[in-house]
Amino acid sequence: MTKYSAFKVFLEGLGGQQGWSPAWRSPQPKRRYDVIIIGGGGHGLATAYYLAKVHGVRNVAVLERGWLGGGNTGRNTTVIRSNYYYPASARLYDFSLKLYEGLSRELNYNVMFSQRGMVMVAHSRHDLEGAQRWVGAMQLNGVDAEMISADEVKRRLPVLDASPGARYPIWGGFMQKRAGTARHDAVAWGYARAADALGVDIIQNCEVRGFLKNQTGRVTGVETNLGVIETDKVGMAVAGHSSVMAQLAGFELPITSYALQAFVSEPLKPVIDTVMLSLATGLYISQSDKGGLVFGGALDHYASYAQRGNSPTIRQVAGALADQMPSLGRVRLARHWAGIVDVVQDSSPILGETPTPGVYINCGWGTGGFKAIPAGGYLLAHHLATGQAHDIAAPFGLNRFFTGALIDEAAASGIAH
Amino acid sequence: MLLINCPCCGPRDEFEFRCGGQAHITRPEPPEAVSDKQWGDYLFTRVNPKGLSLERWVHAAGCRQWFNVARDTVTHEIRAVYPMGEGAPSLTTGAAQ
Ligand SMILES: Cc1cc2nc3c(=O)[nH]c(=O)nc-3n(C[C@H](O)[C@H](O)[C@H](O)COP(=O)(O)OP(=O)(O)OC[C@H]3O[C@@H](n4cnc5c(N)ncnc54)[C@H](O)[C@@H]3O)c2cc1C
Ligand SMILES: [Zn+2]
Repeated sequence: MTKYSAFKVFLEGLGGQQGWSPAWRSPQPKRRYDVIIIGGGGHGLATAYYLAKVHGVRNVAVLERGWLGGGNTGRNTTVIRSNYYYPASARLYDFSLKLYEGLSRELNYNVMFSQRGMVMVAHSRHDLEGAQRWVGAMQLNGVDAEMISADEVKRRLPVLDASPGARYPIWGGFMQKRAGTARHDAVAWGYARAADALGVDIIQNCEVRGFLKNQTGRVTGVETNLGVIETDKVGMAVAGHSSVMAQLAGFELPITSYALQAFVSEPLKPVIDTVMLSLATGLYISQSDKGGLVFGGALDHYASYAQRGNSPTIRQVAGALADQMPSLGRVRLARHWAGIVDVVQDSSPILGETPTPGVYINCGWGTGGFKAIPAGGYLLAHHLATGQAHDIAAPFGLNRFFTGALIDEAAASGIAH
Repeated sequence: MLLINCPCCGPRDEFEFRCGGQAHITRPEPPEAVSDKQWGDYLFTRVNPKGLSLERWVHAAGCRQWFNVARDTVTHEIRAVYPMGEGAPSLTTGAAQ
């Protein structure tokens, strides 16, 4: 693996960029692996990296039916935060945020993590009371959060309509200063390159179509379009297709798949230097380095595997933007798209064992799993390598739907992805 | 954008409706014999099909009646609308590609 550095970039500039090598190999699958990861999104690739790096398990393959990061990892709006409500979630998402803080160095790959902070804006007394309760919980959980005044919100977000007749008056808000954004595909590519360097085989255009099992029901391999590949441990991280994959493996999940849309405007001069979320409309927005406004809102209204968005949701999200930031009302959209997200009833992920022995899952991140990629990969790798759930992952097992120990972040974490 | 043919009001914009999720889920009985597993499945486990989906809808901003819809989750085509309490129509269930 060529080490990336400013010096290397300079040198290659002199030499006509001829000295670079591919960031990862494209090997043919071997007959057998110690662990097979299904899904070459961020979670799958991070799992492979931590298996090799932390646990020394290097005979690993990541099978991706399309291209790396072509799922939700390359389609999301890149907000990273840890402002969840319950202690179990705070531990999980803050662990992830901490891993993000060191990730570019760890992977020798610039994931452009920018801790520009996130402001949640309250538009009524009720929003404000909800925010206070939320901040209180975060502080008790040891996660940074602070209430900010209406004046402070207006100072940080001059683009918001703060006039006396504003449709959404500003009552105040709260802020997580360590929150921010990162470059989404850099996260996938960075993990892929680092995993490959440790010996992991990343196999693209390889779709898993079935599972092989022995008499006791234990997994012994997977069927793919490139033939059978043997293994006795499978990690699944296929996001919106988790139910489809679970059915192939012989079990069902408490998941419904929905389309979630994102929007990017034409590039503008800097107007927003933080991430903003409105507690009233669910609109959230940040500005990319290229100047595009990156924004989104709620899920589409019904279950879907169609990777495209519906117009009523576009109208709702774009309408909220025009209402709250009238000066942006005439900005044109450059692109919009959708990803299929795996929504769980309690809005928390599902991590760990499944009813099929040897098959482990990492799914149910729904609209908010980009921020959790380092943690999701770390924890699934831990479970695959040691056979035990990591302490942080333990509360998120599938059995919580039968014991009743749900971690209901639906209201608490809102819809700020 | 869906145009949903409400059995009472006729074709209307999807915005007037809410989807209530999977149809034909029956509550397990009798209560004293229901295991935690059955109860959890009843409350939370869903088929989440890629392809034909049988689901409940309500005309929330109209007559407020509930009814069933057979819809393809890949093409979003509505294959049938049928009353609550009626069994699923026989349609091919093959998952769309
Ligand atoms: C519009 C949008 C905005 C979002 N915004 C945010 C945000 O701001 N912040 C945040 O934290 N999260 C956000 N999310 C959620 C986040 O993107 C996801 O939770 C996260 O990317 C999931 O990562 P993953 O690796 O599990 O899944 P993915 O990146 O979807 O990867 C799964 C992979 O599995 C592959 N696969 C599926 N079936 C098979 C098969 N049979 N065989 C082989 N491979 C298969 C797919 O091709 C895919 O590449 C957003 C999502 C969307 C759609
Ligand atoms: Zn009606």
